[in-house]
Amino acid sequence: MGTTADGKKLNYLNWEKGLWSWWMTIDHKRLGLMYLASILIFFFLGGAAALAILMELFTPEADTLVFGDDAQTLTPQQLDTEAKSNYNTAFTLHGVIMIFLFIVPGIPATLGNFLLPLMVGAKDVAFPKLNRHSFWVYTLGSFIALLAVFQGIDTGWTFYAPYSIQENGYGVILMTFAAFILGFSSIMTGVNFLVTIHKMRAPGLTWDKLPLFVWSMYATSILQVVATPIVGITLLLLIAENIFGIGVFDPAVGGDPVLFEHLFWFYSHPVVYIMILPAMGIVSEIIPVFSRKPIFGYTSIVFASVGIAAIALLVWGHHMFVAGMSNMARYIFSFLTFFVAVPTAIKVFNWICTMYKGSIHWDTPMLYAMSFVFLFMIAGTTGIHLATLATDAHYHDTYFVVAHFHYTIQGGAVIGLVAGLHYWFPKMFGKMYNQPVAKLGWLILFIGFNGTFLPQFILGMEGMPRRYASYPEEFTDLHQLSTKFAMFNGLGYALVFGNLFVSIFTGKKCDANPWRALTLEWKADSPPIHENFENIPRVDEGFYGYDKEVEEEETVKGGATHGA
Amino acid sequence: MFDFFDYMPIQASTWADRVDWMNNWITDVSTICTVAITAVMLYFAIRYRAGKHSAPSSKADHNLNLEIVWTVIPSIVCVYCFYIGFDVYKEMRTPPANATEIGVTGFKWGWNFTYENGKTSSKELVVPVGEPIKLVMKSSDVLHSFFIPSMRVKEDLRGDRYSYLWFTPTITSDEQPGGVFPIFCAEYCGVNHSGMRAGLKVVSRAEYNDFIQERGAIELSPLELGAKLYNEKACITCHSLDGSKVVGPTFKGLYGANREFTEGEPAVADENYLRTSILNAGKQIVSGYQNVMPAFEGQLNDKEIDALIAFIKAQKP
Repeated sequence: MGTTADGKKLNYLNWEKGLWSWWMTIDHKRLGLMYLASILIFFFLGGAAALAILMELFTPEADTLVFGDDAQTLTPQQLDTEAKSNYNTAFTLHGVIMIFLFIVPGIPATLGNFLLPLMVGAKDVAFPKLNRHSFWVYTLGSFIALLAVFQGIDTGWTFYAPYSIQENGYGVILMTFAAFILGFSSIMTGVNFLVTIHKMRAPGLTWDKLPLFVWSMYATSILQVVATPIVGITLLLLIAENIFGIGVFDPAVGGDPVLFEHLFWFYSHPVVYIMILPAMGIVSEIIPVFSRKPIFGYTSIVFASVGIAAIALLVWGHHMFVAGMSNMARYIFSFLTFFVAVPTAIKVFNWICTMYKGSIHWDTPMLYAMSFVFLFMIAGTTGIHLATLATDAHYHDTYFVVAHFHYTIQGGAVIGLVAGLHYWFPKMFGKMYNQPVAKLGWLILFIGFNGTFLPQFILGMEGMPRRYASYPEEFTDLHQLSTKFAMFNGLGYALVFGNLFVSIFTGKKCDANPWRALTLEWKADSPPIHENFENIPRVDEGFYGYDKEVEEEETVKGGATHGA
Repeated sequence: MFDFFDYMPIQASTWADRVDWMNNWITDVSTICTVAITAVMLYFAIRYRAGKHSAPSSKADHNLNLEIVWTVIPSIVCVYCFYIGFDVYKEMRTPPANATEIGVTGFKWGWNFTYENGKTSSKELVVPVGEPIKLVMKSSDVLHSFFIPSMRVKEDLRGDRYSYLWFTPTITSDEQPGGVFPIFCAEYCGVNHSGMRAGLKVVSRAEYNDFIQERGAIELSPLELGAKLYNEKACITCHSLDGSKVVGPTFKGLYGANREFTEGEPAVADENYLRTSILNAGKQIVSGYQNVMPAFEGQLNDKEIDALIAFIKAQKP
């Protein structure tokens, strides 16, 4: 294609200049990058709130989160109330920011946007302007959410009624309205991806050849489109309850608080899979490339992804085992919940078998993919404790749930996102990051993460309830251990993202396909041109034939080499 | 089995040992699977690493028999886990007809326990050992959750209907440091959620009978009773006695002071105002404060209300 004025090759980064061209762009790659920048800012804000939470938990009394010059003049009781109030605000902000602004848009809006059209061999998504609108709506929603943050709400990210109605009404109205708007962004992205996958595939790219990341985006998009409207309606009802007292959720005016939980979890359980399925898709791409072997059990991974999405819509009641549902509903939801475990286990076995007798490259993306498998097994097996009714009666709303959730979302979705960023970074910027620093960052992150959350499983066993600003003294040691390791967790992220950010400018140039992968995005330039491909590629074979590719190379070069 | 990670609290109910057995079984199987699969993964990653194993020596991309095995076995394990959990939980949800019923009211931020003969307590729930106890629970404001780790039970309290849980204590709480088993609120309920704790005192039947017959409150003067209620009903959480503003206005100098409200005419805080505010605080909110306090209508008798008013009157400026 063309070149810039100073003779550089044109790509999506430099073909138009100026901030305005970014804001008005309909290029899925630019939108993906802008989403990435936005969600990472929120990730660090949410992370700061997490560190505030863990600082407060360093001592059993609520005494740390007190700000301002007059802190010394407060009576002990005032100090206690002030610290507790700030703690409650901190965990609410942590939850709201991490869920609604970071991990729900998460992988689909960032890597999904960037890669989906490339991976199906299209010039862009099906509706590029809708894609831009989706980003604008996300920006608007984030702005309103930030306004709500300054109202200092303390409901937790779940907005349970009637607490969210009886107290701090104004902030809750703003925050739920923001979440309502952000939901539209999610729906628009989902619709766009579904149509793109159905209609925009390159010639020859049949469903049975579709890359597994694309399949995972397909399953995710279905959930976004099906489940998000429910939370939209729920949050509107909550706003109406707050303003007009319509009596749907508030028992004081004849409402049913558990109805809110039903509606909320009907969305918020599937949303966990909106977070985790794309991460599984990323791992399914990385493992065959770095094992130089075809993915094991392509068909069963596809069915597992779609199966997880289907079952995800039927198990929301396990968030409410002790909330006052009928006993029969508890039994049924417990039974159904166990069937999420089966497709998840199948995927793990497939990944391991892909590595069997491969030729495994210990590059950064592979380290993340392997740690994902380990962390996700812990997340998955501790889910069994929570799905089992008799043990859940003990574990419900304790630190066991906190640890399980963080293994799923941080150990799963976030590690998956970081794995994907390290895998596709050369495609996004045409440069390679500093691998030794990336591996060091991975190590610190891995140790910090496990050190933070393993002790929380034990706290949960011992009976420590969640969302507690102060706690009985016997829990002190484990809380302190958790807080200390959280510093490493934070340091790990700073190093990992700092390394990637610096490498955008200082990284070594690398060729279009440094990992020798076969999926279509690697056939485009690095960074890709504005409309991805000069000529739309034809697909004759599936993308996981790494065994054939190696045979060809052996005849040419007499052995595979690989940059580490 | 191996009990790799057994950190469960003391077992004090009839099903606690079965819950723990199940918990340890699931933990052991999970640990073994996670460690074994991780070991295999690491073995492959090292054994077949690119430097040593420059080209893949297998082309297998599926194996139907293997895939059937690893679908069927987890399914069986899952159905088994469901069954053992269901089996014990069904018992947890089926209180026997002869259970001793005790009423529990949750409010921000404390508990009110009402025994069969009308006796009440707040800081400690007292129950007889070896007999089934059924708690009939309701919230007077937001959601709460009644959690007794030593009994392995938990159930939310709602404002719109009663919920219940039951258990049979097997040991007295003398064996627990502090003499009581901890009770926590496990559903987030506002500023002092983490302070919403109480103790479960398990005693012999004879001590239990003495406890519910004992009407110690009768001998207390109104001022003493008021001071006791100030602690027990958790007024202390939000209303200071030293003039400092906490969640609610201080009691110091409250009686006789002029009150301004978010709505309506200002008024002097006399006995009638104090009574209305205790029973239904949401009617008039003092300027600068939020509508947080639960209504105590039906939870305090006239004698107790009078005692609280006497106590507040005694907090002179």
